[in-house]
Amino acid sequence: MKDQHVHHFEHTDVKVGVYVCHCGINIASKVNVHEVVEFAKNLPNVTVATEYKFMCSDAGQDIIVQDIRSGKVNRVIVASCSPLMHEITFRNATQHGGINPYFFQMANIREHVSWVTAEKEDATVKAKALVAAAVHRVSKHTSLEKKYFPVNPNVLVVGGGIAGIQAALTIANAGKKVYLVEREPTIGGHMAKFDKTFPTLDCAACILTPKMSQVRSHPNITLWTYAEVENVSGYVGNFTVQVKHKKRYINADTCIGCKACVDACIGPENIPDEFNEGLSYRKPVYMPFPQATPSVVIIDENSCYHFTKGGCPPDFSSKNGHLSPQLQSLLRRANECFELRDFQETLKLTKEILKSSPEHQETLFLHAQTLYQLGMINEATEVMRNVMVKERCVAACPKGSVDLYQTEAISEIQVGAIIIATGFKTFQGERTTQYGYKRYPNVFTSLEIERLVNASGPTGGEIVLRDGKTKPKSVAILHCVGSRDLHSNRYCSRVCCMYSLKLAHLIKERTGAEVYNFYIDMRTPGKGYEEFYEKLCHENVHFIRGRAAEVTDWVLSKAELGKLVVRAEDTLLGMVRRVPVDMVVLSVGLEPQTDAEEVRRKFNISCSKEGWFLERHPKLAPVNTFTDGIFLAGACQGPKDIPDTVAQAGAAAAEALALIDIGYVEMEPNTAFITEENCSGCRICVALCPYTAITTDPVKLISVVNPALCKGCGTCVAACPSGAAQQNLFTDEQIFEEIEGVLEYV
Amino acid sequence: MSYLYYPGCCCSMKASGKAYEESLMAVLKKLGVTLEELKDWNCCGATMYMAIDQMQAFGMASRNLALAEQQCPNKTPELMAPCSACYVVMNKTKHFIEDYKEQVGTPIRNALKEAGFTYTGKTKVRHPLDILVNDIGLDKIRQHVKKPLKGLKVASYYGCLLVRPYSEFDDVHYPRSMDNLMEALGASSLEWPLKTRCCGGSMTGTVEDAGLRLSYIILNEAERRGADVVVTACPFCQTNLECFQQRIQRKSKGGISDLPILFFTQLVGYAMGIPERELGFHRLFVPFHFSPKQVVTEGVE
Amino acid sequence: MSNSQSKPSDFTPRIVAFFCNWCTYTASDLAGTARMTYAPNARIIRVMCSGRIDPQFVMAAYRNGADGVLIGGCHPGDCHYQEGNYKCLRRITLLKRMLSQLGIESERLRLEWISASEGDRVQRVVNEMTMQIKALGPLKLNIPQPEHSHAVPTQSHTPKSKEVVS
Repeated sequence: MKDQHVHHFEHTDVKVGVYVCHCGINIASKVNVHEVVEFAKNLPNVTVATEYKFMCSDAGQDIIVQDIRSGKVNRVIVASCSPLMHEITFRNATQHGGINPYFFQMANIREHVSWVTAEKEDATVKAKALVAAAVHRVSKHTSLEKKYFPVNPNVLVVGGGIAGIQAALTIANAGKKVYLVEREPTIGGHMAKFDKTFPTLDCAACILTPKMSQVRSHPNITLWTYAEVENVSGYVGNFTVQVKHKKRYINADTCIGCKACVDACIGPENIPDEFNEGLSYRKPVYMPFPQATPSVVIIDENSCYHFTKGGCPPDFSSKNGHLSPQLQSLLRRANECFELRDFQETLKLTKEILKSSPEHQETLFLHAQTLYQLGMINEATEVMRNVMVKERCVAACPKGSVDLYQTEAISEIQVGAIIIATGFKTFQGERTTQYGYKRYPNVFTSLEIERLVNASGPTGGEIVLRDGKTKPKSVAILHCVGSRDLHSNRYCSRVCCMYSLKLAHLIKERTGAEVYNFYIDMRTPGKGYEEFYEKLCHENVHFIRGRAAEVTDWVLSKAELGKLVVRAEDTLLGMVRRVPVDMVVLSVGLEPQTDAEEVRRKFNISCSKEGWFLERHPKLAPVNTFTDGIFLAGACQGPKDIPDTVAQAGAAAAEALALIDIGYVEMEPNTAFITEENCSGCRICVALCPYTAITTDPVKLISVVNPALCKGCGTCVAACPSGAAQQNLFTDEQIFEEIEGVLEYV
Repeated sequence: MSYLYYPGCCCSMKASGKAYEESLMAVLKKLGVTLEELKDWNCCGATMYMAIDQMQAFGMASRNLALAEQQCPNKTPELMAPCSACYVVMNKTKHFIEDYKEQVGTPIRNALKEAGFTYTGKTKVRHPLDILVNDIGLDKIRQHVKKPLKGLKVASYYGCLLVRPYSEFDDVHYPRSMDNLMEALGASSLEWPLKTRCCGGSMTGTVEDAGLRLSYIILNEAERRGADVVVTACPFCQTNLECFQQRIQRKSKGGISDLPILFFTQLVGYAMGIPERELGFHRLFVPFHFSPKQVVTEGVE
Repeated sequence: MSNSQSKPSDFTPRIVAFFCNWCTYTASDLAGTARMTYAPNARIIRVMCSGRIDPQFVMAAYRNGADGVLIGGCHPGDCHYQEGNYKCLRRITLLKRMLSQLGIESERLRLEWISASEGDRVQRVVNEMTMQIKALGPLKLNIPQPEHSHAVPTQSHTPKSKEVVS
């Protein structure tokens, strides 16, 4: 690892080489490179100043290497792009030449100068200032050793959609251990809701469910569903993550998914089914969908009687006992009072009845309910115990897996790398009020239609109107709802054109209806995508170029009666059209998850303005984040279709594998250190350090920095009143030189 | 609660919109709101000015905004503009001064300076509907309702200016605040898609056929959906829909029948039990009658 | 040096910008990749964290002829090092108070939270500050200038002393 020919120059005999890069025309078109070179020649200690078309090329690097080897220079300045781009490249070249790699400094004259400055003259002046700053600074550089830290070989994948599944399987197949954490009760994500995928129209379930069960059974994958990452600490290679297991009220390890509890449940049956976008209903205990992985039910505490009423209502017929007619009328009144929410009165009445008939089941139950409503939970529970109702699900479960008193649990794990694959949410159709979603029943979102066309969906694949039976004869698909719109999202959601085409095809195929696509532009770049569009054009699907203005039930003719009218300007025809249809489908765009901001903070990564997680570099580091060791996969980084998501998940897995496979991480040696003779032992730095890396030496009574814990922020250095605390690569001396250099000459 | 009051001129509060002003004053008085008229106000700069020379219109509107600041030096001036056109023009001026600092902000501020005004931008322009629904609140209004409008089918008509384009207090495409207000009075509000369609505006005065056609569309749709009354929040809409009703009937060959067009404040006052005369009902061309008894016999549901 | 310039119309302010590596420096890189043109007056010095910025750096910038100093850090709660930006805020608040006692206008020191995705904000802030400083005119300090030529950098800053801030 260490170069054999490292020479140690310190501040004596400094010979600075300045290499100004043209970057093709990226720099040269705005900065007078020659003038900068001539300027650099007169700067202190500069022995070589030259220019080259592409300094980062092999030939460019070789100039540096040769100049060092021939003894012309022992400090290197490259004035080119951002250090975040090529600092490592040139440090390596410097080292290759035979001197310490930290005898190098970069001047950012592309991102900070040529790309942002209007006038060539101004740009040249600014470039000169930055070069001078670097020249001043580099003469104060010292030789440093790289730091290496061991890497924990386990990986955490957050999110169990197709991105998370793909990444987890890739890593697990490489023999590494993966924790896959999913916040929903099942993995599968959005893809599990789809029937067919574009453009091949292969069945989503057929390609996804095998992967889901592989995840479940893979010996290297620990799958935690209905769990969320609570806290992340540590750094690349050594993250400590706390995962919260939410209350599912089922022991996920023993449940066999027989659904006996679902059959036995007598709770309300009218709870909108989340998986079916509310198009069907479920009970409080339910299996999210038949192929749910793991095949474990869940109890919804917002609707289960155990949580809303304090218990399952008893079966009164079998063990009700006898009540005198007088008491019966009291009970009737008590029930009425309960309905009217007059709980005090109810309580009085039930007490009265129980005085003479203490075993009466129905009264006891009502009594318990009333106590529960009045907030006397303990008393209510006590009474319920006497009613002897065992919750139906508890009684029905053959494995004893129902645990209505389950508490949240926290697992703490150590991982070396984290892949975030938290996906997206779809745009809420009701936000575009002009399309009348939720106002007109037959306006649907595309995700609802995905469930309707799905063979295992609420209608078994029948495409019907909201009444549940009528087949539409005409359907309008409105593109760009919540995309390319100044009022909601400016960006293109990338997938909507293609899925709209897919839905158009499926609707046409299943119902024979006339299908109208209202689009701004058809965006179908991708393998086989344009061909799919062309195929649809031949299937007699109508394409109207013009964003729909509104969906209305304002009719102008008999033909429009009882229909929804889509008004749009047909920009090819040059006129406003009214198209009456039975069903409107809103092709809703993709948005970041509601809690993207919270997640971002948890993992200390960045977001774009829209809320998509920010990649380190859009082209060269598309799955890296600004926090080393944390990678992105799938739509959490930006709207993406399935092929791109899977490809990116593979890339994220490869990055994570590269990190954990080599077994160590190289850290910037930018840690703080204390110059013993200057430290007075005031301990200001000790309190400031966020990583408790600074302690007080009990004998010398001065501060000591533990370089293994120091992350190199330099906060202690800025605060040290005696200048004893210093930061490698950012010493006071170096920064003062930089300040002077940046202002001294121009 | 107190507001500055900007009556507006061309067809509004002191002129053909008299009933609006009367009912608004009566309602606000009942609700304990005090008004202070903006001293020395001038035309807002709507329609003609805005269409021919925007800068002149901005100049006129900004004078009113500056006057408000002058009159309320120690607090945020809240300038109530009941006419939708005044409301939108003054809001537009505020936005343009802010959004186009160089092209609009600086010249307007300079012009105001010449006239001895300063404008800091703190004046808020408010519409009575916004004030009733969001400042006073529906709960308080419900408490004041003496004669609930049970069974009355009201088509709330916002017009094209009130919530557009700035959407200060309600949705741009499908506003609900006036509907909520009507429901608070006990009336049933009509769901209809033409809430924010244009009434024809000043077109009725210039290209009459085009203007009347737009009014006809609104009246026809309200009637088709069984509205007993249309309520508006703009003197211009009210004039177009009501005063020209007979002409529209003639032109459409009996396509529509008489439909009362009220200011929303008239109906609020009516439900509060304020005498009809104080609410300007006598100024209506199409008289409004409401007897809850008759409605009950017809069957409400 | 700009301190000697007198006519405000020809005055080109020089601003030293200390940007933290993780947010604001990255944001200014983003402004570059997005080709957002802005005033050429800000000269950026990279530090790992805004918490590293010693008030003496600001003073040194003024002493060396800067007309303004801009500091950019991560938004509150977003610091790559947990809370370095809060430390920076504390120091800069105190420093501003001191600057006014020294007769240096508070507009000449500006602290901004700019996240890695806010390239447009870098553009706006630099433009704004340049305009402001232009309006203020050059910073005039009455420092006895030590004799030195450009070819020999001075060593006058070391060893470090803290009397200016304490």
